[in-house]
Amino acid sequence: MKSTIFKVAANYLLPLLLLFSVFVLLRGHYESGGGFVGGLIASIAFVLHFFAYGLESARSFFRFSTATLIPIGLSISLFSGILPMFAGKPFMTSLWFKKPVAIIGSVGTPLFFDIGVYLIVVGVTLTILFTISENVK
Amino acid sequence: MFGAVIAGFLISLGLLLFGKYIKSKYFFLLALYPISLFAYFSGFITKINQQLDIVYRSEWVPQYGINLDFRLDGLSLMFTLLITGIGSLIFLYTHKYLYGNKHTDKFYAYLTMFMSSMLGVVLSDNLIALIVFWELTSISSFFLIGFNTEDEKSRKNAQLALAITGIGGFFLLTGLILSGNIIGSYSIQELLQSRELLHNSPYYLPAIALIFLGAFTKSAQFPFHFWLPNAMKAPTPVSAYLHSATMVKAGIYLLARLTPAFGGHIYWNTTLLIVGAVTMLYASINTLYKTDLKGILAYSTIAVLGMLTMLLGIGTDLALKGLVVFIVAHALYKASLFLITGIIDHETHTRDVTVLSGLRKVMPLLFGAGILTLLSNIGFPYSLGFIGKEMIYESTLGISGPVLMWSIAAVTIISNIFIGYSGYQVALKPFVGPIPEKFEKIKPLSVFLLLPPVLLSVAGIFYGCFPYIADEILLKSATLSVTRHFTDLPLKVWHGMSLTLVLSILTILAGAALYIFRKQTHRQEEKMELLDAVKPEQLYNYLKTGVKRLALFYTQVMHNGYLRIYIMTIILFIICVVGYKLFTEVPIQINTSSLSTFRLYELTVFSIIIVAIMVTIFTSSRLTAIAGMTIVGYCICLMFVFYGAPDLAMTQFTIDTLTSVLFVLVLFKLPPFMKYARATIVTRDLLIAVAFGTLISIITFQALVSPAEKEVSRFYADNAYLAAKGKNVVNVILVDYRGFDTMIESIVLTIAALGVYSLLKLQIKSSDKE
Repeated sequence: MKSTIFKVAANYLLPLLLLFSVFVLLRGHYESGGGFVGGLIASIAFVLHFFAYGLESARSFFRFSTATLIPIGLSISLFSGILPMFAGKPFMTSLWFKKPVAIIGSVGTPLFFDIGVYLIVVGVTLTILFTISENVK
Repeated sequence: MFGAVIAGFLISLGLLLFGKYIKSKYFFLLALYPISLFAYFSGFITKINQQLDIVYRSEWVPQYGINLDFRLDGLSLMFTLLITGIGSLIFLYTHKYLYGNKHTDKFYAYLTMFMSSMLGVVLSDNLIALIVFWELTSISSFFLIGFNTEDEKSRKNAQLALAITGIGGFFLLTGLILSGNIIGSYSIQELLQSRELLHNSPYYLPAIALIFLGAFTKSAQFPFHFWLPNAMKAPTPVSAYLHSATMVKAGIYLLARLTPAFGGHIYWNTTLLIVGAVTMLYASINTLYKTDLKGILAYSTIAVLGMLTMLLGIGTDLALKGLVVFIVAHALYKASLFLITGIIDHETHTRDVTVLSGLRKVMPLLFGAGILTLLSNIGFPYSLGFIGKEMIYESTLGISGPVLMWSIAAVTIISNIFIGYSGYQVALKPFVGPIPEKFEKIKPLSVFLLLPPVLLSVAGIFYGCFPYIADEILLKSATLSVTRHFTDLPLKVWHGMSLTLVLSILTILAGAALYIFRKQTHRQEEKMELLDAVKPEQLYNYLKTGVKRLALFYTQVMHNGYLRIYIMTIILFIICVVGYKLFTEVPIQINTSSLSTFRLYELTVFSIIIVAIMVTIFTSSRLTAIAGMTIVGYCICLMFVFYGAPDLAMTQFTIDTLTSVLFVLVLFKLPPFMKYARATIVTRDLLIAVAFGTLISIITFQALVSPAEKEVSRFYADNAYLAAKGKNVVNVILVDYRGFDTMIESIVLTIAALGVYSLLKLQIKSSDKE
């Protein structure tokens, strides 16, 4: 993919898509969206860059391997489930802050759970894609 | 009591994790654990003798009646003292035996785990808890037997032991659940009180048959005995521990424990009598043809186990008392014999009975211990073995029916002669005679090695001289647990002149004569090995190869690596199962009147789908096919949007995009596109596809007619905001109501990524090697 138009477009699309993916993640509680879709959109953003600039460039966005996102995401999800247990409630009971935060809305354990899912999805998708494409060459 | 059992598992875990930081010279300190347990359980002796059982209860899964209940009574106490007492000696002995081995920490971890599991077995008062500990003994003994992981034979034999005892454990589980269902409780105490109920139940026979399979595999009864001689590959302390007081006695313990509930039935007693007698005779004959000291001991152990089973089969008060006495006597002398063998092996590096001789000059104290052990083994007066053997002879002579009585008595006497002979071979032969030059430089033995066999052999003689001490402390209350009523059978050193005494003397003399006039040679052993082809062990081998072949066949048929075959299998399966259910049980109604007409944009999307499918099927380029599939996917997204499912549409859209990207990525790797499908295959695929499509259509129509269950969706719609503060019901379900599912799905995704990663990375590595 050597097209200059595509490369330039990819440059602008990456931050836009990432922003959009976070937007989708956060609005998931009230409107259509959520961690899973958000994660997929974020992955598409990186895949676009990968098509335009190649694997190495796409990998350079991540300090560590993309696979490290998976355990981080899993831990966040698990932690958001365990958190209520410290308050003496059953595993995965949702807890909320009293006052909603500006822009984001109400913040509670389900949000962290969704962030965990988001990271897992990005990690899994990119790990699979990058590994396969690396192997194909 | 709970803590005493559980602490072992914690220590074991700690050793596995941090054991490598312990210096070799401190390992003997671990023996403090079994020693303190021994002291702790000894403290209950007075209470148990007053018939006050110690009970500990804790709930585990109370809904199913599964509880971690422990109960200490006479029989349990006898076994706990044997387990912890001999265990302490084994712990000390191992310190020196494995000194410098770099996996000693692991060995102690497995040993501790095994000891705790064994304590669990003999203390459990719940059938399910018992089977859990029972399986734990199988698993931990697997690690112990296969301790020398670098030796292939050792690994194989550990597998064999695990396979046999594991299969037995499975039968036992079924048998115990069956018995639990007959009486409506898994409590052993209640089981023992439900004798009538069990005996009159139509399931009595299957229940005892299954329990027998479990106990016989564990206690190495013919024809399941062959795992035990093979398990001799284990380090000798393990053999001493597993085959004297613990592992193999678990089966005997179970049978003795259940005797008050199941015993006294003709099936129960006859089976035990015959199986025990056959095992005893078969194994004792085998001892004649072994040249490896441990091989001899293995078969003599099996013979004794057969004898104990036979005593349970005789089932009289005398026989049960004899059983209890002989369990202790055998545990003491067999552990000692194994430990002596271990020392000989450790110092001379051989266990070949034809080579060993003259060791009394370099190990005089051990020779003394050997003599004392031998006395108990051959049943010499003033040893515990003598008292046990007298009772066994007396109880065989008490069997009703002269033919049965004389045949059983004869078999018992012959077997005992051979068992006694094997004792001479192990405890006397290596020490007497001229000493070969190579053994002369053996250094004096460490106290860690010497102390255990000396203590055990002295105990065997001490209790033989003062049997009433053992009787008062332990044996009386242990017998009471098995017979469930008081028995007035005091143990005496001297029974007076009687037929049994004559038989005992005859046994000792015949054994000695056999020892003097017969020589154990390799030639005989080789001749005996010719019979291997017809031994029961072959059955296991056939079974093993059979399972392997079946697995290979299954893999070739079901996991052939062709994606198209996988998909076809799945679809055919769905057609068969769903179709069968649909056409046999549901009255099919197709009602088209409620369907709305096509709107223009729906029709447009629909025609695009049709065209895309046609292109996908008939194209001769992969890229086009992928593009076609993607178009179909996008069109379905539009359908979702039309019918008010934006979340679904979004996800479908992104997934479709990523799948196409993935396809394109691997496109270059695939072989060139070929139309190699023959007409018949195409027709077959067409038929399957049409059948599947039709089925799904019918189901869809059927769904329209069936009254929809709105309650669930209404519940979510009503509660999503109130309870979970979310307006997007789909997302609330995902992250809150069904958060558990989402978490598990995340883990599935992770596993998929790991799978792809490791599969491809490994492949790269192997190509690098080339």
